[in-house]
Amino acid sequence: MEIQLNGKAYPLDQECNIDDFLSKLSIDKTKVAIELNKSVVPKDKYSETKLANKDVVEIVTFIGGG
Amino acid sequence: MSDIFKIGERTFNSRLIVGTGKYKDLQETADAVKASGADIVTVAVRRVNITDTKEPLLMDFIDPKKITYLPNTAGCFNSEDALRTLRLAKESGGWNLVKLEVLGDEKTLYPNMRETLVAAEILVKEGFEVMVYCSDDPIACKQLEDIGVAAIMPLGSLIGSGQGIPNKLNIEIIKKQSKVPVIVDAGIGTASDAAIAMELGCDGVLVNSAIAKAQNPILMATSMKNAVIAGRQSYLSGRMDKINIASPSSPVKGKIN
Repeated sequence: MEIQLNGKAYPLDQECNIDDFLSKLSIDKTKVAIELNKSVVPKDKYSETKLANKDVVEIVTFIGGG
Repeated sequence: MSDIFKIGERTFNSRLIVGTGKYKDLQETADAVKASGADIVTVAVRRVNITDTKEPLLMDFIDPKKITYLPNTAGCFNSEDALRTLRLAKESGGWNLVKLEVLGDEKTLYPNMRETLVAAEILVKEGFEVMVYCSDDPIACKQLEDIGVAAIMPLGSLIGSGQGIPNKLNIEIIKKQSKVPVIVDAGIGTASDAAIAMELGCDGVLVNSAIAKAQNPILMATSMKNAVIAGRQSYLSGRMDKINIASPSSPVKGKIN
């Protein structure tokens, strides 16, 4: 299966939840926010939210800006 | 004299808010923020670099527990994008204090006030405390205040232009009519511009490019800190009246002939 991650196609071997997905990417979940198919996913729902084929995922963080 | 800076439910000591964009690197950003004495920094919300997740983040250099992060919507040209961005920002850090800016044009980065008003109204209803980048139009500012925003942030001049505050009269009108804090956002080029904003009675100033693009950003950050304090104290002091003739500072009586 394949998801759309930060604007690019990203292959996923198997269905996984967001917690697992972030671990796989070595991303600290306290420093990011996630949008799944244009809806924000609350941090306490990461373990129960599974990514499915063709999901559109955005992972964002804070960077320098004015 | 106690002079607390209150935005929504939060209180701050420094009336200088600094942006964290355009610096050489994250260390320089952190050093400039420290030198500025700012309690609040603006930050942008952007995609994580998936190909290099070990890349240092702003949060590794500026601790959000010590400095209030004010997430912005820079680069958003419609209310929908701005709303998405701030909802993500809220989830990222639990912040409900945000800076809304909906731009109308890439060349001027002037705010699109119609879209700004639409987004501001929704955000206020969703429980955000919204600080809003806006035009220096007293009517638009009044409309924002009526919606219930936490602070009004009219531009002094175009973002990143360093042109100061060419239209002081509007800023003064906006300050006089507003019950919420008025913070001059954009256009500050040097310390005197920041001091002028404060002397006009504004509650605060937001500076980014003027510090980041100075030859010595850290020294300019200190300069801005001092300018904001000087301008505020000058405003609170109540300046002397202007007169059109000279008035000697030394006594005339008792001078030798």
